[in-house]
Amino acid sequence: MDDQLKNEEHTGTSRRSFLKKSSLITALALTPDPVLKAAEKGVDEQIASAIETMPLNVMINGVKQSVRIEPRVTLLDLLRERLHLTGTKKGCDHGQCGACTVHVDGERVNSCLTLALTTEGREVTTIEGLADGDNLHPMQEAFLEHDGFQCGYCTPGQIMSAVCCIREGHASTPEEVREYMSGNICRCGAYSNIVDAIMDVKQGGKKV
Amino acid sequence: MGIDKKSEPLNRVDGRAKVTGKAKYFAEFEVPGVTFCVMVTSAITRGTVATINTKTAERAPGVLAVFTHLNMPAIPGWAEQGNNSKLPSGGEKYRMLGSNKILFNGQPIALVIADTLERAQHAASLVTATYNKAAHNTDLLKNKEKAAMPPRLGDYSRGTDKDAHNTAPVKLKADYTVPVEVHNPMELAGILAFWEGDDKLTVYAKTQGVKSTQRTLASAFKIDEKNVQVHSEFVGGGFGMGLRTWPQEVAVAAAALKLKKPVKLVMTREQMFTLVGYRPYTIQHISMGATQDGQLTGIYHEATAETASYDDFTEGAVSMTRFMYACPNVTTKYRIVPLDRGVPIWMRGPGEATGAFALESAIDEMAYKVNMDPLQFRLKNFAETDPERNKPFSSNNLKEAYQLGSEKIGWAKRNPAPASMKDGEWLVGYGMSTGVFGAHRGESTCRAQLNTDGTLVLQSATSDIGPGTSTAMVQIAHEVTGLPIEKIRFELGNAAFPPSGSQGGSATVSSVGSAVYDVCTALKGILTEAGLTFDNGAVKPAAGKSDSLQDVLSKQNKTFFEVTKSSKGGEEQGKYSMYSFSIHFAEVRVHPGTGVVRVKRVVTVADSGRIVSPKTAASQMIGGVTGGIGMALTEEGVIDHRFGRFVNNNLADYHVPVSADVPHIETIFIDKPDPYTNPMGSKGMGEIALIGFSAAVANAVYHATGKRIRELPITPDKVLSA
Ligand code: FES
Ligand code: FES
Repeated sequence: MDDQLKNEEHTGTSRRSFLKKSSLITALALTPDPVLKAAEKGVDEQIASAIETMPLNVMINGVKQSVRIEPRVTLLDLLRERLHLTGTKKGCDHGQCGACTVHVDGERVNSCLTLALTTEGREVTTIEGLADGDNLHPMQEAFLEHDGFQCGYCTPGQIMSAVCCIREGHASTPEEVREYMSGNICRCGAYSNIVDAIMDVKQGGKKV
Repeated sequence: MGIDKKSEPLNRVDGRAKVTGKAKYFAEFEVPGVTFCVMVTSAITRGTVATINTKTAERAPGVLAVFTHLNMPAIPGWAEQGNNSKLPSGGEKYRMLGSNKILFNGQPIALVIADTLERAQHAASLVTATYNKAAHNTDLLKNKEKAAMPPRLGDYSRGTDKDAHNTAPVKLKADYTVPVEVHNPMELAGILAFWEGDDKLTVYAKTQGVKSTQRTLASAFKIDEKNVQVHSEFVGGGFGMGLRTWPQEVAVAAAALKLKKPVKLVMTREQMFTLVGYRPYTIQHISMGATQDGQLTGIYHEATAETASYDDFTEGAVSMTRFMYACPNVTTKYRIVPLDRGVPIWMRGPGEATGAFALESAIDEMAYKVNMDPLQFRLKNFAETDPERNKPFSSNNLKEAYQLGSEKIGWAKRNPAPASMKDGEWLVGYGMSTGVFGAHRGESTCRAQLNTDGTLVLQSATSDIGPGTSTAMVQIAHEVTGLPIEKIRFELGNAAFPPSGSQGGSATVSSVGSAVYDVCTALKGILTEAGLTFDNGAVKPAAGKSDSLQDVLSKQNKTFFEVTKSSKGGEEQGKYSMYSFSIHFAEVRVHPGTGVVRVKRVVTVADSGRIVSPKTAASQMIGGVTGGIGMALTEEGVIDHRFGRFVNNNLADYHVPVSADVPHIETIFIDKPDPYTNPMGSKGMGEIALIGFSAAVANAVYHATGKRIRELPITPDKVLSA
């Protein structure tokens, strides 16, 4: 409920007042003609938003999120702009850099290439959900110890990707890690420390 | 005075925020009612916008405004800045949306602002324009005749025999090319701006200088500097692109003023190729003369680089040549060619990295010509003092660096003959180069606050784009006061803090660190006066006194002691030539069938004075080398000159190094304090990490194959066709 409220606020008061008076059903029931007239009166924005959004229920970091969003919203923009989970980063928006890597049902995905609605009923984990309270995840610890970053912008994506790299069984050797971590660009050039961090976690044998 | 012990490797003080996703970058601040800006950019390279249709976009859901040159709110400071007639480029100033003129491809022609990002993106796609096209020039090679001397950098010449490079017994003449390279920090550029009333502006910015951003915005809007708040605590990489506050960032602030709403712009990756600078395409000619036994007699080095039609961007591509070697006759020239392109900006290592590729390749070529080991050739021509300024170096441990690095990589064990070593079907090559960059120190100010609970807070208006500024500053404060690391906090990225320079030119530790050093020293004095002292990691009563810090503060009716100190270099700065040095050794594999080059092993040695923060310094070195691998092998912004437009303006087609491209990198620090640079004895590190590295790779490729590639990047096609 709270989240619904948040979402409404986000799209502005005009929409909220419209929703009070109307409902999705009535909006859909309008014939094109009245829609056109409404547009002339300047209420097309309200109508559009009412019929253009869809409900989404998704578990994010163990918390159920119920929101209404437009189908064109990516998981990345849902996280960053609506849920304010800004740990997940945007570096390209085209699936070319890995900064936006999150886990969907335990697998690493580029959230910029994932329409948020496709995560209906799924479990999403972001960097904010990786640690156990104040106890860092072993991969976070290892990145800290090995200085596996500089500016830190690629780091959440690297860490989420690194966890899966081990889970997938792709961390047997440094060479294999380099290959399977090459979808995550680090322009600061922390790769050699990142590889050390991942090998350390892998060899430490802790559950990731 | 000074810190004489070696520093401990320390985890980053802001590391936890970065690994948990809590670190907030400019676009991530929650500002109520924020609106989203998307830019529409020009499809032509030169000419004018004939018509622009914004009607459909304006009517799209959620759209608040569409600004074009027809309705862009005036930016008062833009009306009068600059004097165009002085530019050798002769062009007019670029004023975004100030007129219908198009000066480069990708120039913004409209700002679309809506209540959600998706709506702004969609509406931006509805803006259409027609153009009056004019002929454009984006190709440096076809416009060389326009080359002009930049007003900020004259020619240099020393020696009595200007022609020595032409008349020497052994001569080398070669041309070297460095293509357009793009900084591409992982964080997308942009700004978040909002106003209180019409004279108080707050921005969250991606900047390397909060004070310079504050000044730029204050002068653009003709408001008091104090009325411009700039926040930039975490910056997702810069590499130079954040050294300017770009026109689109100022324009967003103007839109926010007009709309009376917070406006956020996050640029696209494509836009970052044209709107936030780049390393300029530069061609270089080197003519070098030596005696048969390998003594340099003359060097002529001329670099010609592109700039925008509306600016005279200039960098130090020829500066290393002037002093690096003990050569009696040296002439350098730098020329700029105005093109219909956005303006370049310093990119890591800046011009020196461009110049070092040419000089250090040429040195290698000459070494082979005179039948000397490239390392011996460098030692033979070693400059004990700075031959450009005729001054001693404040410190120069290059010889030790040459030795340590060559031992580590196994230089002496290689077969020096080109194309002589193999590993399976791969050819093996070793190459080396030198890097150098001025050890600069600027003026910087720091405020210290010692609280009742014994915690120390330090503040300075500097920035951190990733090197670990806070960590280094905390380490300095710890070394001066003895307080434990956990009790010290360094705050930056806020223009309201005491002023410091921008983070650029490898000068932050030297400049801000000196202020930290001085303010902590001053704090010690204040404690002494108050009958207190730093003792064993805590503030204790001085000998013979009994009042604790708490007692003293409460008697004085205070909750903390505070002191602010400004710091800058003294006359020693003029007496010595101050430089940081690096030596890079690279071992490569070259595949004879495909021409693929892989960097197999790297040893990099830094002579950058005393190392203040060993862990983050090592990361800076490996980061610079990684950037160097990109410069050497993969990075090139390719323009289709028929259209004046990039064809690879994204991270799939512009290849920055990925993990698989980067081997284990060994870093060695000489770690000896420089007696004159600053109280810490440190010298800069960020630039030398990259400067010269591309030449080490090119030289290694030559050693592996006998083929000399003088045009970066060294892609397989060039290796095969050489
Ligand atoms: S932002 Fe998703 S891969 Fe770059
Ligand atoms: S830490 Fe800066 S991009 Fe990886």
